[in-house]
Amino acid sequence: MEVSITLRVNGVERRASVEPRLLLVQFLRDNLGLTGAHIGCETSQCGACSVLLDGEIVKSCTVLAVQADGTEITTIEGLAPAGTLHPVQEAFWDQHGVQCGFCTPGMVLSTVALLADNPHPRDDEIRHGLEGNICRCTGYHNIVLSVRKAAEMLEAGAQPEPIAR
Amino acid sequence: MNPSSFDYYRPESISEAIALLQEHGENVKLLAGGHSLLPIMKLRLAEPDALIDIGRIDALRGVAKVADGISIGALTTHRQIAVDPLIERHAPLLAVTASHVGDRQVRARGTLGGALAHADAAADYPAAILALNAAMVAEGPSGERKIASSDFFLDFLTTALEPTDVLTRIEIPAQPDGAGWSYRKLANQASGYAIVGVAVLLVAGADGKISEARIGGTGMAAVPWRATDAEQALVGAAADDDAAITTAANLVDLDIEALDDLHGSAEYRRRVARGLARRAIQEAIATSSAQGRW
Repeated sequence: MEVSITLRVNGVERRASVEPRLLLVQFLRDNLGLTGAHIGCETSQCGACSVLLDGEIVKSCTVLAVQADGTEITTIEGLAPAGTLHPVQEAFWDQHGVQCGFCTPGMVLSTVALLADNPHPRDDEIRHGLEGNICRCTGYHNIVLSVRKAAEMLEAGAQPEPIAR
Repeated sequence: MNPSSFDYYRPESISEAIALLQEHGENVKLLAGGHSLLPIMKLRLAEPDALIDIGRIDALRGVAKVADGISIGALTTHRQIAVDPLIERHAPLLAVTASHVGDRQVRARGTLGGALAHADAAADYPAAILALNAAMVAEGPSGERKIASSDFFLDFLTTALEPTDVLTRIEIPAQPDGAGWSYRKLANQASGYAIVGVAVLLVAGADGKISEARIGGTGMAAVPWRATDAEQALVGAAADDDAAITTAANLVDLDIEALDDLHGSAEYRRRVARGLARRAIQEAIATSSAQGRW
């Protein structure tokens, strides 16, 4: 059995015929080539596959592509226009909130969701707010600094900026 | 690992979902948020022939005030439950419990009805559902019926729902005036599931004595339980009588056949349950008194 789905991914309408068992993360990576959503644990624990679904942060390894029919998805590739960094990405760069980088797309997107709800989180709120994202390098200290910095930048009205070369 | 192949249906009404359940026989599953079902399908612990996705049925959504409490649509997500103003006002124990489920992403997708129908022995909600005297409303081919929380959980992953039932909503009597509440759990550090969880709802009256107490537990056995002996020991006790609270808390695991597995031995779970019960009772007393009722 195949099912037709239509969804908007990073602002672009995508149509496909998919097997019902296809996971959203596989659809994004294999069908659309959006490999920023990483497959880490594949058991809804690590958060490396996090994407925004209708503006809410979800784990795309635990959503079927057919469940995402009719929704709007934002992956790390679509967070800011090509060639620019979203302020949250900029903050992670600035504060070195990255070690191996595997968890980073999920961390960044979860941070976007966290700061949308709570623009001025305390450090403990940052840590609890990102509990669904695991950094296996244990680089949490700089991630918290990055989120703090991102909150300051967004507060000051930061917009996506071209990547410095 | 991927789930094995299945057919997929997306009914637009409850009656259509029931008809599909009847048509497809035993090895079919309802899909709500998918955060209990999809993980076990990926492990091939469940290999349904068909999924009936009820996630778009609007009649299964929403929170409403009803005569003696609130009615919560089965598709209400954990995140919605944690922040809904009606739930916060009338059943804050459930809101607090919802905030303990999984993590932010899981709470955004997982649903109350899905979690209850799945009936994981380590789930958080059952403790609160028992303490709140909630009722599960199921709709099947012959109509609607209410299942009391005390009759709902039958065994590991097994509830009183029939194969052709759709769990449509959960009805919760409003918490008593002046009630205090608490949910405490020892979470598995990897999964967040409860190794043991204890929910307490109690009323400390104007005379400083506990006039009503309800305690639900989860994680410790195949099914969640009401700790009636501990409840009876609390009623009539002074809210500041720590010795009486400890005595009651130590009864929380009475007559429970505790699980003994890699997450904890039976004896460990018993000790944890008593400790959690003591803290949850104390916190419930504190929140009860915080409302200025005694």
